[in-house]
Amino acid sequence: MYKYDTYDQQLVDTRVEEFRDQVRRRLEGHITEDQFKPLRLMNGLYLQLHAYMLRVAVPYGTLNSAQMRMLGHIADKYDRGYGHFTTRQNIQYNWIKLEQAPDILADLASVEMHAIQTSGNCIRNTTSDQYAGAAADEVVDPRPYAELIRQWSTFHPEFSFLPRKFKMAVIASDTDRAAMRLHDIGIKIVRNDASDLGAAFYVGGGMGRTPMIAPCINPFVPLDRFITYAEACLRVYNRHGRRDNKYKARIKILVHELGKEEYTRQVEAEFAHLLTQGVEPPLAELERIKAQFTEPPFEVGISDEVDRSDPDFALWLETNCLAHRQPGYVAVTISLKPVGGIPGDASADQMRLMADLARDYSFDELRVTHAQNVVLPHVKKADLYALWQALDAAGLGTANLDRIGDIIACPGLDYCSLANARSIPVAQKISERLSPRSDEIGELKLKISGCINACGHHHAGHIGILGVDRKGVENYQLLLGGNEGADTSLGTITGPGFDEDGIVDAVDRATGVYLANKQGAERFLDTYRRIGMAPFKEAIYG
Amino acid sequence: MKILTGNDLKTGAVVWWDGVSWSLHVEDAIDAGDQAETILAREQATRRVNAAYAIDATREEGGVRPAHIKERIRALGPTVRADLTLKPADPEAGNWVI
Ligand code: SF4
Repeated sequence: MYKYDTYDQQLVDTRVEEFRDQVRRRLEGHITEDQFKPLRLMNGLYLQLHAYMLRVAVPYGTLNSAQMRMLGHIADKYDRGYGHFTTRQNIQYNWIKLEQAPDILADLASVEMHAIQTSGNCIRNTTSDQYAGAAADEVVDPRPYAELIRQWSTFHPEFSFLPRKFKMAVIASDTDRAAMRLHDIGIKIVRNDASDLGAAFYVGGGMGRTPMIAPCINPFVPLDRFITYAEACLRVYNRHGRRDNKYKARIKILVHELGKEEYTRQVEAEFAHLLTQGVEPPLAELERIKAQFTEPPFEVGISDEVDRSDPDFALWLETNCLAHRQPGYVAVTISLKPVGGIPGDASADQMRLMADLARDYSFDELRVTHAQNVVLPHVKKADLYALWQALDAAGLGTANLDRIGDIIACPGLDYCSLANARSIPVAQKISERLSPRSDEIGELKLKISGCINACGHHHAGHIGILGVDRKGVENYQLLLGGNEGADTSLGTITGPGFDEDGIVDAVDRATGVYLANKQGAERFLDTYRRIGMAPFKEAIYG
Repeated sequence: MKILTGNDLKTGAVVWWDGVSWSLHVEDAIDAGDQAETILAREQATRRVNAAYAIDATREEGGVRPAHIKERIRALGPTVRADLTLKPADPEAGNWVI
């Protein structure tokens, strides 16, 4: 894992003291809220429905156990004993007091964490594959490249006031587990025929009001110049991105309006110019970062066998564990989606337990996933039963990864000041109704957003739900057929919306259509793609 | 009626203008009438409240009820965590929101 050098630490510590002074000046009345608001947002502090909300960055979703323990400590000491893991692999606290915010940032800094780049029109915290460094199918660990992006983008003066926020994701597998093509820039590390590594650039994706799938604008940028290429992509956007209309300000609109060819032409011209300017970080820096992502000291020659005689454990093993590239190990997903629970929420006690389990069973490492779960990336098969027992006792042993109960849900109107409708109660009701049929239904990614901003990725759900406000009353639109990954697609709205109970019934009927029409090993998405919308519409509205 | 709400500057807690100060309880809210803008400007300048605004509400048997669900959720707390609302012991409290 990356370890701060003195420069990183100094930068974060200085920021804490700067913010402490800004908070003091606000509380003493030396600056107004209009002056203070952009300053607090640059430190991840929002004002939400019930209180201030602090969003803490988890760079590319990677944490060590000391960091996870600190997240639990913050939940207990400064919040109400829990936190909410988000679809950007971050964590949010909902009940923060302004007067305590600088102390929280100081506590975070003590474990090399911060809340920078979690708000504002800058390059946000970069996301990645939660199985990086563990997945059998990756060409290389993508995290050193994500870390280089973090260092390049943090406080980058040219990109601190972009037309809109800017989200990047880096993966290194054919299986895209980070919704890479739904980002402003998605980077896929690839190996070419000559066995050299390079970065394929996908630019102009996104969800929100106008969802778009990023086209590939360059299939192979050598890795000794990929930051320069990213800088060229940003420069063209910074120059031409719409600042007059918030709803047309994201890079996806620019790429769409210019057209992929023209946007690419401008990027390539800028890239050629930037290559003469020496903006690429020295290769030695990338090598220094890479050296910190070394493989854990795996045991070799250990057994690949697991005793499956406990059926509950066997189910969890089947569902929540991913093959590891190291024989004798797996990557474990800890579900933060107990049946009827609040997706992505974890109590302080659960955070501390996950920290302890990471220390004992996963070489001190954890990952936050964009699906609002937590991963222990390197678990020895021989330790799995003991691990599962500990998780299960704490309500963390639900076997539902990528199943109907593994719902992504944004905070919605229960917490978010931008929301039109509540997301969480809908998720809870669907989970309660359909989890008993989870095995029969199989893989089904259901995603719920409380407004068009799409933090709950509803466009990319096999089943998506969007909360809207119909004359002051919550209403829910249903979408079918979205997906993230190599075959990314956007969901299609089925028709008129539903009330809270109606949307649960509609999802129930949609799964019924799938089960009635499923052929062979088809997933919900496969059946939908084969038979189309009509039978679903008929069952839902008929 | 027009009632005034905002968040306490220091703690972020949701507060309601009760005619003298800012209360945690929506049932204390008074009708600010045509004084809303004046009170809001004055109170924000004293830094007791942050991001304050006026909303529509009605006075009903059970007390003051904000017109929009969003404000009712602000008044009570998250509907999915009864234990964190202002009325954790009242299992029916959530019904008031919907
Ligand atoms: S999708 Fe809307 S309601 Fe949900 S968290 Fe994002 S802004 Fe809030």
